Amino acid sequence: MKQFRHKDIIALRDLTKEEIELLLETAESMREINSRDIKKVPTLRGRTIINLFYEASTRTRTSFEIAGKRLSADTVNITTSSSSTTKGETLSDTALNLLAMKPDIIVMRHSVSGSHYFLSKKMPNCSVINAGDGTHEHPSQGLLDMLTMKDRFGRLDGLKVAIVGDITHSRVARSNIQGLTKMGSQVFVAGPPTMVPPGVEKLGNVIACATMKEAIQDADVVMMLRIQQERQGKTLMPNAREYARYYGLNPVNLKMAKPDAMVMHPGPINRGVEMSSYVVDGDQSHILKQVENGVAVRMSMLYHVCSGEIE
Amino acid sequence: MGADSTVIMDGAGVRRALTRIAHEIIERNKGITKIALVGIRTGGVYIAREIATRLHDIEGERLPVGEVDITLYRDDFKGHSLHLPVGKTDIPFSVEGKIVVLVDDVLFTGRTIRAALDAIMDHGRPAAIQLAVLVDRGHRELPIRADFVGRNVPTSLKENIAVLFDSEGLPTEVILGK
Repeated sequence: MKQFRHKDIIALRDLTKEEIELLLETAESMREINSRDIKKVPTLRGRTIINLFYEASTRTRTSFEIAGKRLSADTVNITTSSSSTTKGETLSDTALNLLAMKPDIIVMRHSVSGSHYFLSKKMPNCSVINAGDGTHEHPSQGLLDMLTMKDRFGRLDGLKVAIVGDITHSRVARSNIQGLTKMGSQVFVAGPPTMVPPGVEKLGNVIACATMKEAIQDADVVMMLRIQQERQGKTLMPNAREYARYYGLNPVNLKMAKPDAMVMHPGPINRGVEMSSYVVDGDQSHILKQVENGVAVRMSMLYHVCSGEIE
Repeated sequence: MGADSTVIMDGAGVRRALTRIAHEIIERNKGITKIALVGIRTGGVYIAREIATRLHDIEGERLPVGEVDITLYRDDFKGHSLHLPVGKTDIPFSVEGKIVVLVDDVLFTGRTIRAALDAIMDHGRPAAIQLAVLVDRGHRELPIRADFVGRNVPTSLKENIAVLFDSEGLPTEVILGK
């Protein structure tokens, strides 16, 4: 029987193929709850989840909050703009203060890569879930992307997945590369040379392509990344129009992918930059399906860290 | 099967018990027009399918069989240090106003049934819920009783009961192990 024995979920790099499969299978079972009239099960009754967000988020935070509530946990949201962080409190002190209130799970987004490992060490009896850390990983997004692909193709093994955009700054890309590689998919990345990190091949079964065309040729999945204007200076690309011309997905270059290829994007979308509106709203777009799967995947993550044995 | 195990129901015995249960369901409810079957995963689902087949043979109407997984409704969730896999719940019909016959293979403490009742209630408000089990082994910890019982088997807490199924989900025998 498959088992999940982790206290935390910080990176898909830390999980085995079997553990990822289990998280996805549980998510498939959780979906049934989201389609009922009464969208609630009593599983995590009495558990407290703190959503601690040091960076802006709509989708991820709402999705985690809904996931917690559908499992009957009590969820509390902390956003830094209205918290003690603005008064100068360190992450360490915030953690110890929150811990004094006895939460069961802390879901955190933080701009510093690896900050969740630091947080986890501070709290041996509280689970930590990564909702995005710097340019490291975004495991719930990676899992929901894989679930969406699995829904469409019935498998992940042997899929050709193209990831196009700012690979260097993308934690979504890293989580997908870690997860998809373990599940047997082949990942192709492309982006402006200033946005593709040297040595990206070492992350897993990844091929760095010189052009976007090379990456999306015959792809089963085309995943476009958001150009993260908040995470970079203005030097990485000349301007949005030039980016759209060379690395934007439009109905013409989408034809190079397989005819039934699915188009994905982690959101929020810069329409007309990385993707034209024709593609965003087109038949091949699975973007809203990704958001829908996000709730089920996060329910699965909350469930498994709560039932997992403390390491 | 070890030397300490005995077969308490063979295949023919199981089939006869299920046929009788099917007749009792029809008799109690004066037909099957309002009946819906829901099996508790996984053994209960197989038994529910067998009952559905017999109801079809007798009344000529094929009833859908829902499946309920009770993992998310367990009352011992905190005590489980190991994770339990979550199975799929699939109730492809509205339970609203229906007489739901909940089906399980073995009735023991009653805690599984309590969890399944909660799960069904979260899908709507049935007119009634009745309980059918192949084996009732006693030792209830909650005020729950079955409406339709294949066989009452007095057991000690040290014993266990296993309902075996073949690869097609047909019940083959019931075993009492010590």
